[in-house]
Amino acid sequence: MPSAAAVREIVKEHGRLSVDVETLADDASLYEAGMTSHASVNVMLALEDTFDVEFPDDMLKRSVFESVASISAALVQIESAAA
Amino acid sequence: MSVSTDRDAAFLAGIGEIANTVAAAHADDVDRNARFPIEAITALREQRALSAFVPAEYGGEGVSFRAIATACFTLGRRCGATAMVFAMHQIQVATIVRHLEGAPHFEEYLRTLVAEQRLIASVTSEVGTGGDMSRSVAALTPGADGRSSFEKQAPTVSYGGYADDLVTTLRNHPDAAPGEQVAVLHRTDATTMEPTGTWDPLGMRGTCSPGFVVKAEVGAEQVLPAPFSTIATETMVPVSHLLWSHIWLGIATDAFDRARAFVRAAARRAPGEPVPAAVKLSHVMTQLSLLRGEVNTALDEFLEADEDRERLSTMAFALHFNNLKLAASEQAPRVCQGAMGVCGIVGFKNDTPFSIGRHLRDSMSASLMVANERLHQTNAGLLLIAKEV
Repeated sequence: MPSAAAVREIVKEHGRLSVDVETLADDASLYEAGMTSHASVNVMLALEDTFDVEFPDDMLKRSVFESVASISAALVQIESAAA
Repeated sequence: MSVSTDRDAAFLAGIGEIANTVAAAHADDVDRNARFPIEAITALREQRALSAFVPAEYGGEGVSFRAIATACFTLGRRCGATAMVFAMHQIQVATIVRHLEGAPHFEEYLRTLVAEQRLIASVTSEVGTGGDMSRSVAALTPGADGRSSFEKQAPTVSYGGYADDLVTTLRNHPDAAPGEQVAVLHRTDATTMEPTGTWDPLGMRGTCSPGFVVKAEVGAEQVLPAPFSTIATETMVPVSHLLWSHIWLGIATDAFDRARAFVRAAARRAPGEPVPAAVKLSHVMTQLSLLRGEVNTALDEFLEADEDRERLSTMAFALHFNNLKLAASEQAPRVCQGAMGVCGIVGFKNDTPFSIGRHLRDSMSASLMVANERLHQTNAGLLLIAKEV
C-alpha cells in the first residue's frame, strides 16, 4: 500500500516545487506550489517505477497529479483495479 | 466536413460568399501592404459571423464548432490573414462561452458581443516567458477600491490595433507563481496600448501583430471564473490547434488548386502530349491528403472527447493535439512548396493566376505560432508516459 510519505518523497525529489513539500497539506495544490507539467511527467515516471504500477491513459491528467492526496488515491485505485 | 444543421449550412454559405468575393479580392493587397483585412472583417461583422459561436440563449447564432472550423478552412483558401483574424477571435469567443461558469458579467458581455459584433484579440504571449503561454510575469495588482491593475509586455498582439476587446493572461496576484494564471477580459478603449515595434513579417502580414505594452485597470467581475490552466487545457490549446490547422489546410488546398489549374492549362495547350508537371502534381496530392486526414481526424477526436470534458485534460489528449499542430504546421508549407514546384516560374512570380508565394510565406508562419520545438519538447516528455498513442 503506497503511503502518503512515500508519495511525498517522490514529489520532493522530482516535483521541483518552489516550496518544501513538507510544508504542504496532503490536499494542497502541487501546481500552485510550482510543479510544472514537465516535472509532473517525472513524478509519474518515478511513481510507476517505485510502486511497480502503470497509470492508464485516462488517469494521466492534471487533476490526478494535483496533490499528494490525489496521487495517493490514484495509486489505490490502480492497485485495486489490478487486484 | 459535413454540415449538421440548416443553421450551420446558412452560416457556411455566407462565409463562402465572403471568402470568394471579399477576402479573395483583397488578399494580395492585404499581403503586399501588411494591412488589416478590413473589408473581409467588415463583411463578417455584417453577416454577424463574429457571434456565430455564441449560443442562442445569449442571442448568438449558435452554430456548431465543426462549422466554425470549416469556416476557417474556407476563409483560409482565399486569404490566410482574414482566416487567422477570424480564428483567433473565435478562440476567444469559445474560451468565454465554455468557461464563463454562469458569471453574469460574461453572460452580459456575450449579449453585447452579439449586438455590437465586437472583435476580440488576445494578449497571451509575454516578454520573459520564453514563449510559454502557461506562465506569466505580469500580475493583477490589487488597488484601493477593489479594482486591480496590470502592465504586460506583449511581444505580439495580433490585430491588437483593430480589436474592440482583449483577453489577457496574468498571474492572479503579485505573489502568485508563474503558472497561477487567470484570463481577464477588457475593452481596448479602457486600455492603454503602447506599440513597441513594427510589423513587416514574411507571411500572415495582414494579421498586423506588433508588440504592445498593455496597461489596464479591471474589476473582479472581468476575471474569467475558471483558472487559466483549465481554460488552456480544455479550450484554448486544442481549439487553437484545430482552427489554425484548418486555416493551414485551406492555404495548402488553394496552393494545390492553383497547381492543378496550371497543369490543366498546360494539358489544354497541347492535347495528347504528356505533361511532366502532372506527375509532380500527383506527388503533391499525396502530401495534401495526409494533411487533410490529420486535420479531419483531429476535429472528430475533439468533438468526441468534448462530450466528456475530463478526457480533454488527459495527457494522451494533450499529446494528440500538440501533434496535430506539429504535423499540420510542418506539412502545409511542404504542400505549398510542392505546388510551387509544379507551377515553376509562374508560381514563383507574384502576379499570375498560379502565384504560390503568398501561400508559401503564410504557411511558414505555422511553425512559429507557439514554437514547434517547444511542443516537440513537451511531447517528448508525454511520449515517455502515454500508454497508447
